[in-house]
Amino acid sequence: MATRVIRAVGLGAAMVFFLFPTAWIFGMSIKQPNEYFANPPVWIPGRPHLNHFRQLVLNRSIDAVGHSLVVALSATLLATALGCPAAYSMARFRTGGRHLALWVLSQRMLPPIAVIFPVFLLYRTLGWIDTHHGLILLYAAFNTPYVIWMMRGYFREVPREIEESALVDGASVFRVFWTIALPLSGGGLVATAVFTFIFCWNEFLFALVLTRTNLTTLPVAMSSYFGPQSSFWGEAGALSLIASTPVFALSLAVQHYLTRGLTLGAFK
Amino acid sequence: MLPGVGFVVALLVLPFLSLVALSLLDWDLQRVSRTFVGLANYGAILRDGRLWESVGHTLLITAIAAPLELVLGLGLAQLISGQVRGRTWLVPLFVLPAIMSPIVVGYGWRMLWDTQYGPINHLLAAVLGRPVTIVWLAHPQTVYAALITTEVWQWTPFMFLALLAALASVDPELLEAASIDGASGWSAFWLVTLPLITPMMAVALVLRSLDLLKLFDTVFALTYGGPGTLTETLSLYVYILGFKNFRLGYTAAAAVLFLAGLSVLSTAIIRRMVEE
Repeated sequence: MATRVIRAVGLGAAMVFFLFPTAWIFGMSIKQPNEYFANPPVWIPGRPHLNHFRQLVLNRSIDAVGHSLVVALSATLLATALGCPAAYSMARFRTGGRHLALWVLSQRMLPPIAVIFPVFLLYRTLGWIDTHHGLILLYAAFNTPYVIWMMRGYFREVPREIEESALVDGASVFRVFWTIALPLSGGGLVATAVFTFIFCWNEFLFALVLTRTNLTTLPVAMSSYFGPQSSFWGEAGALSLIASTPVFALSLAVQHYLTRGLTLGAFK
Repeated sequence: MLPGVGFVVALLVLPFLSLVALSLLDWDLQRVSRTFVGLANYGAILRDGRLWESVGHTLLITAIAAPLELVLGLGLAQLISGQVRGRTWLVPLFVLPAIMSPIVVGYGWRMLWDTQYGPINHLLAAVLGRPVTIVWLAHPQTVYAALITTEVWQWTPFMFLALLAALASVDPELLEAASIDGASGWSAFWLVTLPLITPMMAVALVLRSLDLLKLFDTVFALTYGGPGTLTETLSLYVYILGFKNFRLGYTAAAAVLFLAGLSVLSTAIIRRMVEE
């Protein structure tokens, strides 16, 4: 009995701690300004409205949704297309052995600030600053190691016997990869793509450095609402809601892969 | 095979080589000239007090936040792992902060910590029964508490997921045997569960620490290194050097040292993960 009470209290406290901040931030999007700038505070919106969302449309902050979508989606497709064959080769033929696998994973752990600095200078020379393809290519390059690393793990779990019997029947390696290995790792593939998308969607530093006026992703749009002084809390709340809802939905869709995807496969 | 690795080489490795070359130059974007200065930039870095302070801040945040996330995540995982009812929807719900963009979390919490209108001061006032006007993000004595709380809020769910998997790997028969031998829940946890999951706790702790050492977004949004440079992390300082002060050669040298330091640290854990 006592343990049950402790457990209920603990879980209740944890739920308040982990859910209240998000709820409060999202809640501001439908509060009146005099409700979020109120003392004593107004916890529940009295007269909910959508003016902050309308404001985001009027001042074109909402364009960031389209930019983020295009950039994250393209980078995900590119990273997945490039990463899967490499991962399969490493999983089945031990291409490059342990050292290549090690090196691939180490690329993933590079500090982004050290990566972005030379890339910025390179892009300045190429005239790629503030372009979609510039950001897409960098996001894809930064996440291809993640795709290789994760898919290498998923491919290794495909029973070798199935592939071998297909090879004996005369199927080419590419055919085995395409019609057997890839479909059998379908869940892992989708999850890996979803996580890559989420990483790109949430990314801030690269976008901050590489974009100006032509291209604004959601995290950069968010930062534009905060100067030394900021009073656009309603808009910021609305933007937070818009930026977070898609990734929440995606994470629910791949919830069985959450642990593996977020911990680089260290935990399953 | 080749396209994938070739692509990574082109966009990550080649820039790294240029980074090393750049670090040997004295090159300021606000001036036209660039001269070869050898290792002078590296020498200057060793004497750069602000840089070493930023390393100190980064280590401080990592040393407090990572273990805190581990302990809280373990507690939460232990609470949930015995729970059957509601588990399928509780777990994804607790994980939400870790899925959010760190920049959204940073700005969101900046409003939560607000002195006048933030709900945290309001809640404290309600509990204490008197007005609370803590200037969380601008006061040297509270800024780290605010920063680390925000960080812990976002990433405890990561530890929670990892440790939930670790707990699930513990053979329930061992715990049963312990309870038959008369061990209480607590002592079974200390004597059976904990030793079994310690290696996995170490992996989770190192993974999280490697991320914390690169901390940028949360600090950028929450304090921008302030008050003064009191919470400036290494990533933020290198950003300011390169993209606010435009000292290219010097920034490159700092970035090379950062890369080298982190690589040494991460190689050990990566080796373990590759060996599986």
